[in-house]
Formats: sequence, C-alpha cells, structure tokens
Amino acid sequence: MKKVMMGNHALSYGAMLARSQVIAAYPITPQTQVVELLSEMCASKALDAKFIKVESEHSAMAACLGASLAGARTFTATSAQGLALMHELLHWASGGRQPVVMGNINRAMAPGWSIWTDQNDSLSQRDTGWLQFYCASNQEVVDTVIQAFKISERFMIPSMVILDAFALSHTYEVVELPDQDKVDAYLPKFNPPFRLTPKEPHAFNALTSPDHYFELRYKLQKDMEKVPAAIEETGKEYEKAFGRYLGQVEEYHCDDADFVFVTSGTAGYTARVAVDELRKQGIKAGNLRMKVFRPFPFAKVREALAKVPKAAVVDRNCSYGHHGIFYQEIKSALYGEAKAPALFGYITGLGGRDITVEMFREIAKDTLSKPRPSEEIGWIGVKR
Amino acid sequence: MLEIRFHGRGGQGTVVASKILADALAKEGNYVQAYPEFGVERRGAPVFAFLRIDDKPIYDKSRIYTPDHVVVVDPTLLEAIDVTEGLKPGGMIIVNSDRKPGEIKLPKTFKVATINATGIAVKHKLGTLAAPIVNTAICGAVVKFLGLTKLESLTAAIKEGVPFAADANMAAAREAYEKASA
Repeated sequence: MKKVMMGNHALSYGAMLARSQVIAAYPITPQTQVVELLSEMCASKALDAKFIKVESEHSAMAACLGASLAGARTFTATSAQGLALMHELLHWASGGRQPVVMGNINRAMAPGWSIWTDQNDSLSQRDTGWLQFYCASNQEVVDTVIQAFKISERFMIPSMVILDAFALSHTYEVVELPDQDKVDAYLPKFNPPFRLTPKEPHAFNALTSPDHYFELRYKLQKDMEKVPAAIEETGKEYEKAFGRYLGQVEEYHCDDADFVFVTSGTAGYTARVAVDELRKQGIKAGNLRMKVFRPFPFAKVREALAKVPKAAVVDRNCSYGHHGIFYQEIKSALYGEAKAPALFGYITGLGGRDITVEMFREIAKDTLSKPRPSEEIGWIGVKR
Repeated sequence: MLEIRFHGRGGQGTVVASKILADALAKEGNYVQAYPEFGVERRGAPVFAFLRIDDKPIYDKSRIYTPDHVVVVDPTLLEAIDVTEGLKPGGMIIVNSDRKPGEIKLPKTFKVATINATGIAVKHKLGTLAAPIVNTAICGAVVKFLGLTKLESLTAAIKEGVPFAADANMAAAREAYEKASA
C-alpha cells in the first residue's frame, strides 16, 4: 500500500509492521510524533503492544530492557539530549545482549537549544555497542526498522535507526508499506534462548569478575564482525520479498568517477543531484552513501574507494579537537591500503544549517583544485 | 520538477494544505515531497510550507529557494513579507483574496490569480467566522490554477486525510475549483 507520510511516522509504521510488543517512551521534547502515533496504534489495537509512558529517557530504555529480557520485541524512539540521557542504559542494552530497536531523530546537542539536525547525538554513542543505520528517505526508514529487528535478534545486539530532524522527520514522502504477511514471513517471532520468566528464575547481568567479563566483550565484538555479511544477506532477502535492496553503502556512479563524495543521511541523497549536475558539465563525480556506521563497513568502503583518485568526506558532525567523525573513520579504514584515494574532509550543516546542491558544487571545486590531501577541515557555509 | 511555496499564518492549516495536495498528487502516481518550515510554529505568526512534485524520485533534500509558484493563504502577509522572494520569473502567485488579480499590487514579472477562499470557508462553516479554516478551498484553487491533478483525486485525499467535516471540506474544495479562473 502506498501512503504519503512523514519520517517520524515511517518509524512508527516500521515498528508496527515488525509487530513490536512493548514500546516504552518519554513523551515530551525532544520526543517526536514517532511514539505519538504508536500510542494511538496501541490504543486502537491496530498494534497489539503494551505502551509504557515513563518519566525520562533513562527510564524508557530501562523499561525496554526489562521487556526485552522477558522475551518481548521492544521498540523506542528518542533524539539528542534524550539519547544522551540514555547513555548509561545503551551500554546495558548491548552488554546484556538485548536486541532493542530504537529510532533516533538526529538533532543537534544543546546548548544553544536546538531542534534542528546534525549527527553529534548519535555519533557520540559510537562506542556503546549498538548497530547504527543512517537513512536518506522515509521508505528506507520503514524498511530499515524491519531489517534492524531481524539482524538485532539474530545477533542479540541492539540497533539504532537514525534519520535527520525535519529533512526526514517532518517531511512527507510517498512510502510503499510492505504487506504484513510478507513482513511476518521475513521477520518471524522473537524467540530468545534465555528469558526472564517466573517458571524458570534466572538472574541477568550480575557482578562479572575479570574471569568472565573479558570473554563477554570479546564475543560482542566477534558477533559485531559477523554483522556486515548478515546485512548484505538480509538486505538481499528483503529485496527478494519487497523489491528494495538494503546494503551497508550505496554507490552512485563510483565506478568511473574522478572523485566521489562520501555522505550519510539526507545529504547523501542531495549529493546525487549534485553528481548528476557535475556529470552534465563533464566532471566525473560519484557518491558513496554510508547507510551503516556500526559495524563499520570496512570491506565495502575499501572496495568503493579503491576505484577513485579523490574522495571528499562530508560530515554533519564534529569530533571537537579532531575532525569530522566519518572522515576519521574512513581515513583509518584506508590506512595501509595499496589503492586508496587522496582524502579530503568537510564539515557542514551543523545545527540544521541546510546542505544544498550548491554546497556540493563548492566541495567538488575545492577537492578538484587541491593537488595533495591536507588535514585541514573544509568548512562549508560557515559565516566568518 | 515543480516547486511550490505556501505562505500562511499559524493555525490556518497551511502545512496541512501542502500535505493534502501531496496526497492527491501521489494518488496519480507522482513523487512528492511536502514539508513545513523547519522550526517552531506559533498561532498567528507567518508560517511556510513547501511542496516538490516530480514524475521520478526526488533526491534533493535541501529546502526550496527558487519556487516555481507561490500560494498566499493569508492576504495580510502581502504587506508583511516579500512573498516573491526567489520566485522564478513567470511564476504564479495564488492569493486568497476577494479582490481581482489586477487589484493586487505585485511585480508584473509574475502572474497573479485570486480566489476568495475565506468566503468559501465561511460559507461551508469551516472553522469560525473569526478564524476560518481556508486550506481545503485553497487546495481546490491551486489544483485548478496550476492544473496539478483531477478534482476527484483532491476530494479523495480530503476524504481520507481530513479528520473533521470531510463533506464540508470537499464541498469547499469543489466550489473553489469551479470558481478559480485566471
């Protein structure tokens, strides 16, 4: 069924089609319409789930973890400061191997107070052991929520499905909603091997001595390393069922490119428009859109970038005192590679400043004019 | 690709108008993208909404700076802000007004069209006399002036998407569609 919907509601529909059983959320700013619609779905029985309203995001994640331990498929959503408040519990989710799926609307961190988009909220949670998916369309949001549950439950690792504030969250687009019976076939019931039940009492996440803790974290990393192949496999399976492939990266005209943009989120779609324009002018541009950030898609990134002489990484975030975060990570992924492009890093769009086709033209011009890569950050659109 | 900007005041249903049009256009197989001004809305303050329409997927996620057409839901905005900002030459400005297009002071490089959406909304008892809800009447006129969709697609979108007084809203859209002539 085709439906025009905003990105927030795309998350809600994804969670509904995945047959989430427990949704716990803090309902006040920076929360969005994601859980508003889900609460309506629960009230009208369109979704057979328990909606738990809590007093903070920290409690929201705590409630999700309890429900997940009891064997329920569990969903929540948050944003910015709310995600930061959850930080402690994010470690509990991944360390405890609870496959919660959470929508995060990328909003800039305060102060100054902001409801507009950038990626510093989710990227600050890089080392919490969650899978991170970045979306560029509302269609991708619905599809990714369903895929995220499948991967999370296979590996017992939680997932964050991430979309830009306003540019997706409040933007209406046409979405093809998958048929429920096909989703049910793709994503069978959650059936964890261990769960909290009065019939068979267990304690979870107790004091763990140095004799055991190390192995638990070793296993988490080892399972993380299996996820890239699983994303490709489940992505192809999704394509077979629904006609849309869900991979780790999206290459656009990378094969014969003289240089490529490396992008994420909605900027990764606007970049395609710039690529089309540049190609009309005879400049062989391309775009590599990062759909997955954790686990980092090393193989796909190396494969795509081995083909091009130059790459411009466009970050809507900053690791203060270092560089754009995607830039750092891509640079480290290319270290020691025999075939790697000259890499340039740009930061733009912080706090919701619009990222336009014009800005990509400016980035292309700058990258193409420089003979050697430099460590210097290219600031695009900043008032100086 | 067609890009349209809507000017209204908070509470008039301007954002909903762009959404209803997006619904109607999607019914005919178009790709659409509708969004509000990215910010915090207050009742009575100037608000914007935007609509992109294409026959292929829309990848540009940046905001609209040079619209093809502009819709002015609240005529008092003509004196408050420059509704023509970035508007492409030859673009149409559709104004909710009981005056004739020639009586509206706007640069001659643009086409001006008017529709008395407020009068139509009042007649169909949409909103209150002090604050009529004009958005569905506006949609009827926009569809006609710009030749965007069939009237039936619009009324179907209203029927599905408007939670209150769907019949009166459909009647208002129909009346505006019939009255709209440039």
